Amino acid sequence: MEERGPEVEIERPYVSGELDRVESEEIQSLIAASKQPYPDPVAWLEEDVKQNLLLTTTEQLIDLGKRFSVWPAAMGLACCAFEMISAASSRFDFSRFGMEIMRASPRQADLMIVAGTLTWKMAPALRRIYDQMAEPKWVLAMGSCAISGGAFRGSYSVVPGVNLIVPVDVYVPGCPPRPEGLINGFQALHRKVAKDKLIKR
Amino acid sequence: MTKALSGSDTAKKIGEKFPDAVTGSDETSVIVRSKDVLEVARLLKESLNLDYLNHITAVDYPDYLEVIYLLTSIKDNHSVVLKTRCEDHNNPTVPSVFSLWQGADFQEREIYDLLGISFEGHPNMKRLFLWAGFEGHPLRKDFKLEVPGGGKKE
Repeated sequence: MEERGPEVEIERPYVSGELDRVESEEIQSLIAASKQPYPDPVAWLEEDVKQNLLLTTTEQLIDLGKRFSVWPAAMGLACCAFEMISAASSRFDFSRFGMEIMRASPRQADLMIVAGTLTWKMAPALRRIYDQMAEPKWVLAMGSCAISGGAFRGSYSVVPGVNLIVPVDVYVPGCPPRPEGLINGFQALHRKVAKDKLIKR
Repeated sequence: MTKALSGSDTAKKIGEKFPDAVTGSDETSVIVRSKDVLEVARLLKESLNLDYLNHITAVDYPDYLEVIYLLTSIKDNHSVVLKTRCEDHNNPTVPSVFSLWQGADFQEREIYDLLGISFEGHPNMKRLFLWAGFEGHPLRKDFKLEVPGGGKKE
């Protein structure tokens, strides 16, 4: 191993403040824009009769396909991620419910599982990943931090509820929720997807 | 087990070379003037073989801000707690020990980020965790939290 003297000056690749400025602007503008939560996308759930007239059979078939091939994008932000991972692995195995495989790329995913505390510094990245996902897309907020900020609500660095950044379809409470809870959330999402209408989306 | 050196003995050792630097000492720690930190740290590092900086931390007390260095000699298996105080809450500055221990880099930036103590001589004194436009230093007692929906929390 190379031995160092007592006082070695090391050249460090410190960049200028340009990146910091860009990042800061992005976060500040997101904070300014995120004063009101997005309404939960549930308005169409009650409109059963009106839209079923046209495509009933075809739509049911398509819905069936959509329901049982929801591919989640892993958005593990904090400790909830470990419950999500164990829900995905062999003991709980959410593939049994048609959740298939976790995707690392948002382009291939239908569902974003926001598992954990979202900080303001991470928020622009979360919004970007949501924007990159192809329609139709859903969001599941996992754990009390993602739902409302949880224990960190009112903190200087934590977003009080993911629904300030993206619209949320299903909330799974718990700190963290057990894998069974997460799977229950998936089933709730499946019921919701079954009621979704092609025309509306 | 690492032996914690007595602060009073360490204070005597410092006092031989820098008579004005020490402002207080007890069994566990030695307190020095903030402007002498770098010289005292260099002296301790050379005379006591303190080759490892365990951590730097800081506390906001009502009258002053305190910076605490925990220094260890891996070679001789003993440790020293060095403290310094900044009475000025508005513009606290302490010399950086980055030139002695590389590990001070991120820790000094973290203290600057959360408590607003500026380390003179640090090559990259900017925020570590929070973004550049963040107002205030959140671990200060006078920092007001913004409540979601408007207003400030006492």
